[in-house]
Amino acid sequence: MSAQSASAEVKPKRLVVTNPDLCVGCMSCMFACARRYPSGGLAKSAIHVRSVGGFEKGFTVIVCRACPNPPCAKVCPTGALTPRKGGGVILNPAKCIGCGMCREACPFGAIQWDTDQNKPMICVHCGYCTNYCPHGVLELEEVRW
Amino acid sequence: MIADKALTRVLYIDLSKKSYWVKERPELFEKYLGGTGVATKLLKEELKPTADPLGPNNVVVMAVGIFTGAYPTASKTVTMFKSPLTGNLGESHAGGRSAVAIKMSGFGAIVIKGESDIPVYLSIHDGKVYFRDATALWGVRSTYTVGRVIREREGWPGLRSIMRIGRAGEKLIRYAGVVTETYRHFGRLGLGAVWGSKKLKAVVVGGRRGIKVADARKYREVYDKLYNRIVKSDLMKKYHDLGTPVNIIPLNKIGALPTRNLTSARFEKAEEISGEAIAATMLARRVACSHCPVACIHIAAIREEYPHEKYFYTTRYVSYDYEPLYALGTMLGISDREGLMRLIEEVEVQGMDAMSTGVALAWATEAFSRGIISEKETIVKPSWGDWKTYIQMVRYIVEQPNEFYKKLGEGTAEAAKTYGGEEFAMVFGKNEMPGYHAGPATHLGYAIGARHSHLDNAGYSYDQKLIGKEYPPPEKVIDDLMKEEAWRQILSSLVLCFFARKVYTPEIVSEALEPLGIKMSPEDLKKLGWEIYAEKYRLKLELGFDLEKDLKLPKRIFETPSPHGMISEEFMKKALDHFRARIRELTGFKA
Repeated sequence: MSAQSASAEVKPKRLVVTNPDLCVGCMSCMFACARRYPSGGLAKSAIHVRSVGGFEKGFTVIVCRACPNPPCAKVCPTGALTPRKGGGVILNPAKCIGCGMCREACPFGAIQWDTDQNKPMICVHCGYCTNYCPHGVLELEEVRW
Repeated sequence: MIADKALTRVLYIDLSKKSYWVKERPELFEKYLGGTGVATKLLKEELKPTADPLGPNNVVVMAVGIFTGAYPTASKTVTMFKSPLTGNLGESHAGGRSAVAIKMSGFGAIVIKGESDIPVYLSIHDGKVYFRDATALWGVRSTYTVGRVIREREGWPGLRSIMRIGRAGEKLIRYAGVVTETYRHFGRLGLGAVWGSKKLKAVVVGGRRGIKVADARKYREVYDKLYNRIVKSDLMKKYHDLGTPVNIIPLNKIGALPTRNLTSARFEKAEEISGEAIAATMLARRVACSHCPVACIHIAAIREEYPHEKYFYTTRYVSYDYEPLYALGTMLGISDREGLMRLIEEVEVQGMDAMSTGVALAWATEAFSRGIISEKETIVKPSWGDWKTYIQMVRYIVEQPNEFYKKLGEGTAEAAKTYGGEEFAMVFGKNEMPGYHAGPATHLGYAIGARHSHLDNAGYSYDQKLIGKEYPPPEKVIDDLMKEEAWRQILSSLVLCFFARKVYTPEIVSEALEPLGIKMSPEDLKKLGWEIYAEKYRLKLELGFDLEKDLKLPKRIFETPSPHGMISEEFMKKALDHFRARIRELTGFKA
């Protein structure tokens, strides 16, 4: 079908932390992510920035890296997380019971938590946050794997 | 109606009883927006005017605002308390992670009362307050260490603030500050001593809640407008590039840079410690307060060889800004960049206010050189530029080996009252002066400002804009300064960083409030600014600020030429008389 072939041509993208050394820890990306819902504050943010042990040492930016075979989906007991085309996962909140197994399974600690709803916050690789990084730490790139 | 209810929650903590409770105060936040406006009200409710600033009856209020966590640069926490340095109203602002962390923990304000029997630190998260034993942290040499210890023990990395005092606070040095995120400070007016008197070593607070908005589409629209003004326009360029130290060279050029206790307003070696020189040789990293894309925090690296081994080095970090470079640099005649950074580091380690410390040391140096005090008092020999001796003196202020250092720890005004030299004790309302000698409005601004800060009403900027123009009459200067101070109450009630003051005009503030559920026109806001200013100043007067006795100017400002020439005593007297009349009218305070 024509609609299907058109969508097949669009290559999936993923969010990449290209240069965490340039991060100044302003948290603009975190607030941007939450604004998509739209909400102020941080409960809805799927990206996290923290210092690596004091401001002087710089920052680490933690976000889903779009694994092609994501461990978080493998451990979800209710099937709420399903692999996404191009890597990473899609959350079906209706199925999610907020057990937190996905958060444990991710070796990067990239699954943030919506403390208001008690559910994971999953990066959908939309790239909205990249518009609010003043130093080019984040980029949206075509998935190559 | 404020769309987000959590802002209106006030957390009350009683250190004596180790208990806490929460009250919903929507009426406070809907009227005053947060920050200074709300803190003034809360302090008025909780504090007996006669309370000893270092006794259990003093109260500390910390407040954030309706924009915090919603819009960029609303990143300041406003603290209010009775100041042990001035004996009247204390108000100190700091950025770092503090404001966003308090808001994300689910509170709009925190009120701390009483005093603990043992040293404690507070851990505030998930709506609860945990009282942790801080006995082992009491007496730890460095505020850096205290931060590291708590960082390892507590949760919410990246989403928390670790506010702590150093040994200066424990020892009740009247100008001890509270350090947050190692490089930001509630520096002024002695909040650190108040915490010390309450045996409160630190507060760690964090969380990641959401903020409800009333109009989502409009919220994002206004956000983008603000973000673009901050990041893409020139409105904050100065802070984005060299930061506040960009001021050193231009202030020196116009002769407004207080040097060697303001015996001069030009420093012949200003180039050595300029923002440009430090950026070129020592700037190691730039970091940001939470939710501020400007990242004005400049951190320098001190690289130092081991004392007894070659080819072994330590690299340590210290943040620098214009005011510490003035107070611990030009004011003390220090041109050695590395030495200056080490002195700033020592002040940081002890947890003192850099500005008060520098001015106190400058007074001591001049008093020593004039023979008013001798080595019997100072133990070491202070002399302009000798940063090693000044490091030792900073330690002595905290260790208090004799009566002299005990007095110096009570502030420059107290020390000068005891030993003499009041005419060159650079204090305004007992608070040590900021780093500008730009003309009459500068010093009037310090004197009449409710915090005796240059940021209260920006007299320093007023003077700089008037260079080469006809100077207005004293009454007009006062009227203009008061108008500016009134508007700044809105900025500090919204806890906006004053560096973003050009971004947040009355029109834009009004527009930004709407999607959060508050309707206020630019005119309403200006009116509210005057109301908060009046409330705050009334509280300052109730706490003991005397419009006759405390509204004085040090003689020295009349002896050193400013960019507007010699300042006239007559002009200043007229101005202060006009202020007395106007503030009495505004506050309805008769005394």
